[in-house]
Amino acid sequence: MNKKNLREEIILRSGVNPKKCMKCGKCSATCPAYDEMEYHPHQFVNMVDTGDIEPLLNSDSLYKCLTCFACVDRCPRGVEPAKLVEAVRLSVIRKQGENHLTPNDIPALLDEDTPQQLLVSAFRKYTK
Amino acid sequence: MQRIGVFVCWCGSNIAGTVDVKAVAEALKAEPGVVYSTDYQYMCSQAGQNLIIDAVKEHNLTGLVICSCSPRMHEATFRKTAAAAGLNPYMVEIANIREQCSWVHKEMPVGTEKAIILGKAAVAKVNLNTSLTPGESPVTKRALVIGGGIAGIQTALDIADAGFPVDIVETKPTIGGKMAQLDKTFPTLDCAACILTPKMVDVAQHDKIRIFSYSEVTEVKGFVGNFDVTIKKKARFVDETKCTGCGDCVDKCPMKKNPNEFNMGMDNRSAIYIPFAQAVPKVATIDAGACTMLKKGKCGLCSKVCGAGAIDYTQKDEFIEEKYGAIVVATGFNPISMDKFDEYAYSQSKDVITSLEFERLTNAAGPTQGKLLRPSDGKHPHKIVFVQCVGSRCAACAEKGKEYCSKICCMYTAKHAMLTRDKYPDTEVYVFYIDVRTPGKNFDEFYRRAVEEYGVNYIKGMVGKIVPEGDVLKVQASDLISNKQLHIDADLVVLAAAIEPDKSARPLATMLTASMDTNDFFTEAHPKLRPVESPTAGVFLSGACQGPKDIPETVSQAGAAASKVIGLLCKDKLTGNPCIASANEMMCNGCSSCERVCPYGAITYSDKEFRMPDRTTQIRRVASVNPAVCQGCGACTVACPSGAMDLKGFTNSQIMAEVDAICK
Repeated sequence: MNKKNLREEIILRSGVNPKKCMKCGKCSATCPAYDEMEYHPHQFVNMVDTGDIEPLLNSDSLYKCLTCFACVDRCPRGVEPAKLVEAVRLSVIRKQGENHLTPNDIPALLDEDTPQQLLVSAFRKYTK
Repeated sequence: MQRIGVFVCWCGSNIAGTVDVKAVAEALKAEPGVVYSTDYQYMCSQAGQNLIIDAVKEHNLTGLVICSCSPRMHEATFRKTAAAAGLNPYMVEIANIREQCSWVHKEMPVGTEKAIILGKAAVAKVNLNTSLTPGESPVTKRALVIGGGIAGIQTALDIADAGFPVDIVETKPTIGGKMAQLDKTFPTLDCAACILTPKMVDVAQHDKIRIFSYSEVTEVKGFVGNFDVTIKKKARFVDETKCTGCGDCVDKCPMKKNPNEFNMGMDNRSAIYIPFAQAVPKVATIDAGACTMLKKGKCGLCSKVCGAGAIDYTQKDEFIEEKYGAIVVATGFNPISMDKFDEYAYSQSKDVITSLEFERLTNAAGPTQGKLLRPSDGKHPHKIVFVQCVGSRCAACAEKGKEYCSKICCMYTAKHAMLTRDKYPDTEVYVFYIDVRTPGKNFDEFYRRAVEEYGVNYIKGMVGKIVPEGDVLKVQASDLISNKQLHIDADLVVLAAAIEPDKSARPLATMLTASMDTNDFFTEAHPKLRPVESPTAGVFLSGACQGPKDIPETVSQAGAAASKVIGLLCKDKLTGNPCIASANEMMCNGCSSCERVCPYGAITYSDKEFRMPDRTTQIRRVASVNPAVCQGCGACTVACPSGAMDLKGFTNSQIMAEVDAICK
């Protein structure tokens, strides 16, 4: 996938408009996983916006994001950086072309406390 | 039959870019009544107007259709042109082919077709136009200023100095507003009280100015030149004419634990109080919610110590009715509530304060006598963090804060940071900013001085969260230039809270029928060319009620509003709008529908004798319109079930002719 298409796809999938960012850095200021990350939330937004997505795909930062949504809650411009991180993460997971989870795996994993929403989102994440 | 001339304006390329003006002029030639049709580059120019005047004389025209911009823009211009050509000014109709046509269409054929249709409608209307003569109304030569902050004070002084009487209505017990609470003012650092209080005294001593303090406007009726206003003087339980402001009652009052509004609740005041030493009027006020005498009938100490006998526990709210020619709104601003910004721990820690609270902390008349001490433990803070844009520049979808830039925060934060470093060189001061906006005279120089001479640490980035831990505030923030997350143990955090219009502005706008924007700032008649007038005639705007403003800007706007008021009050008579309603008494069935919908109270009913065709006399109840009060809104013509109400210049038959022309 070329650079431009990847940018468009990530924007479409996340529903985030990185142009809304006013570069105040409040997302990175609030991020509890900041020190673990090579690329910080405000950099994610900027790199997706400029199409510089390749380094993000190969970075561990994708998996360091806790999806705590502190950045989403506090962003004064409503940019929602965590959703962008999630969209980039998905494009890596989906690229591997493998089914990490099949319906047959489910019964063994089930217990009474497992919420249905978890299964649905797990399928979305780990199934091609 | 009318002899109509059609004049199609190019407006440079504004219209001609998407409308074939020649085709429009040609098409309208065929319309009934049209005897002349032409186009020109700028119809509003002197040459364009001369072209119209010459055509009127040459072709003996009786009505004009100008296809041009919105009538809001140039209707008055072309009416004057018609008058200069010897026509009645109301024989002119404007077809708006710019805002409603060329600007909204991209393709020439579509734009041209619509322009022709709009032109046809205007021609159909002019065919039914009649000459109208405006009435005149007198002007009450007295102005009302609502709000007694620096904006209201300056406006009132300027109007009064021109010789017109002015009343100031202020909700607080004293005039002075926000400026009275400030310590120093940027960029010259003169003390706010030193420059404001002499003006407050000028107001008090001016023989043309009356101050209604602790009062509010409750009703506004009438129209430009003739407003009838009801002012509620809230009971302060102290006779203003007797109180000398000695303060004995304040000292003796046993109810001393009430949050002091003037010091932003950072210390207490007694139930009977004078807001601050230089208050105008310097008169005590009893807080009815705190006074035991008023609540339980026990105490009465203030009355016993008052040498002047000014205390009156039986005082009631008083309503005053007064007539005014002009009204100036100067209701000002307030910092927004920090409720939605939990991440900054404002409600958790006393040491997280807003900038206005910081002003009081550094003011010699403040709760700490000007010593910078932490509100929690009274200790001297060493590390101070300032956070800019708290609640400003927030997207609407973020559902907190305001979308606009509050404009004054960059400068007052630079001032706070600089003054702190100047007075307490042992402090470390950090300012977290998104952008530093300093577009004023000597503003950027001021900010650079804070950085270069006073060593304030300006850090590009926002604070993400503040957690109170022990006696420090753990500040976690971005440093975007170094690409680092910073952790600072601060002693004091100051939030530059966004500002918003005062809450009283919205109900006031409803009373005045003045328009507001989505943020509750008053709208100007024109954002560039009429910035101090409201679109409602006779209502003027001064200060931050119209948008965020610093003191120099507020004072200049106050002066500008005053000059507009003086221009209005200088006139002995105002020419009214002749496009007003009138009732056809023969058709009126006396149902009162119109009277009920009229927002101006312009319609009254009376019994009248009518001579019938069979020579008998009948008494019927019929409507009549007061031409001085009617504003021509047309609500009555819609409400009238019998079609007796008609609006001159916009008669039912004219409107129907326009609709027919469009639908043909």
